[in-house]
Amino acid sequence: MSQSYNRGTIESFGRWREFSAGMWAWIFHKFTGWVLVGYLFTHIAVLSTAIEGAEMYTNTIVTLEGLLLVRILEVGLLAVAVFHILNGLRLLLVDLGIGLESQDKSFYASVILTGAITVASVPTFIAGAF
Amino acid sequence: MSTQPPQQQSEEPAAEQSADAESTPAAQQRREDKKAADREARDKRQAEEAEREAKANEDTREIKVFRYDPEVEAKQEPRFDTFHVPFTKGMTVLDAVIYARDHFDPSLTFRHSCRQAVCGSDAFFVNGQQRLGCKTQISDLEEPIRIEPLPHQDVVKDLVVDMDHFYEEMEAVDPYFDPDETPDGELEEQRQSRANREKVKMSTRCIWCGACFSSCNIAAGDNEYLGPAALNKAYRFAMDDREGDAKTQDRLETIEQEHGVWRCQTQFSCTNVCPKDIPLTEHIQELKREAVKKNLKFW
Ligand code: SF4
Ligand code: FES
Repeated sequence: MSQSYNRGTIESFGRWREFSAGMWAWIFHKFTGWVLVGYLFTHIAVLSTAIEGAEMYTNTIVTLEGLLLVRILEVGLLAVAVFHILNGLRLLLVDLGIGLESQDKSFYASVILTGAITVASVPTFIAGAF
Repeated sequence: MSTQPPQQQSEEPAAEQSADAESTPAAQQRREDKKAADREARDKRQAEEAEREAKANEDTREIKVFRYDPEVEAKQEPRFDTFHVPFTKGMTVLDAVIYARDHFDPSLTFRHSCRQAVCGSDAFFVNGQQRLGCKTQISDLEEPIRIEPLPHQDVVKDLVVDMDHFYEEMEAVDPYFDPDETPDGELEEQRQSRANREKVKMSTRCIWCGACFSSCNIAAGDNEYLGPAALNKAYRFAMDDREGDAKTQDRLETIEQEHGVWRCQTQFSCTNVCPKDIPLTEHIQELKREAVKKNLKFW
């Protein structure tokens, strides 16, 4: 591909306003996937404090849960995980060739469901944080 | 740039008087007066007509067309030219650029031929989507209408892109009917069952326009990826019962290679833009399943 000139946003993600459902689903799926991978490492790090003994682990958890930021991040993590699961199911159906005509609807459904579940989870996560 | 609708041309009324009017006899003078009056009336009529035409043309649509030409210095820097094209009922994007070329700027370059979604030469990037110029109604689009060459392909000039790479990918899947064995009798037909025809029906409709290929951002990032159109071609023949097992296996081997079906991430961009409504993603997914079936043995 020759790069004799820059076509600007035509060939980049600068076109995001024109993306359709399938494309958004793909981007969100990649994004949430990477977030989950990242979370896995912090998860392991936190669990590893148990090597130093039960008390150390309890202390770590209590300190972490005391931070408002961590509570908020947990809500985000849930949102990310739920979307990844729901869209994963959607992709499973797509792979099986089921309901390909309504792939955009199933994407919107995933987004809405994710939103609903996330909102519903807020009280549980934030409780006692203040 | 001559990017405005043609101005109504008002001719100067022929006002020149003959210098030796005094010396002409009265009858002659009368005739000349009458002629002058006639001329005036005719001019007025013409002006009215032009005005009426201009009024009819008032219903114009604004199109912004991508311009680039490496051979012309003033056009080496890509830019957009605006044209105001008079709108007529049923006008397509192709009609609009043809009008702009014929009336405003003859150097405006684009491919077209059949004007009826058959030849596949006029896929453009219109208002942020790959569309076939001759199949897209101006009235369906929001103004100003941005018309650009297909993304992810090299621009040769204005709206013309280099299709070589796309054609290479198409050729890579042997896009022709190639049966294992042909019937003995020279005139014997190779019948296809109705059900089988139905199965491949949609996939046969491809007109090689390259819209899908341009919309696919996997194809953009992986130059060797066969792309939706070529995979659809492979599907069209792999699913054809008349070709025989050996050739079908052959085809499946081609498509399951590293840059074959498995690159597809089901973004559905190709399916969304295909002007012939071919369910490309569905076909690619089916090929994936066939590839798995071919390789998985549970016994
Ligand atoms: S599959 Fe559709 S979009 Fe792709 S080249 Fe063929 S007709 Fe064009
Ligand atoms: S001009 Fe032939 S497909 Fe549009």
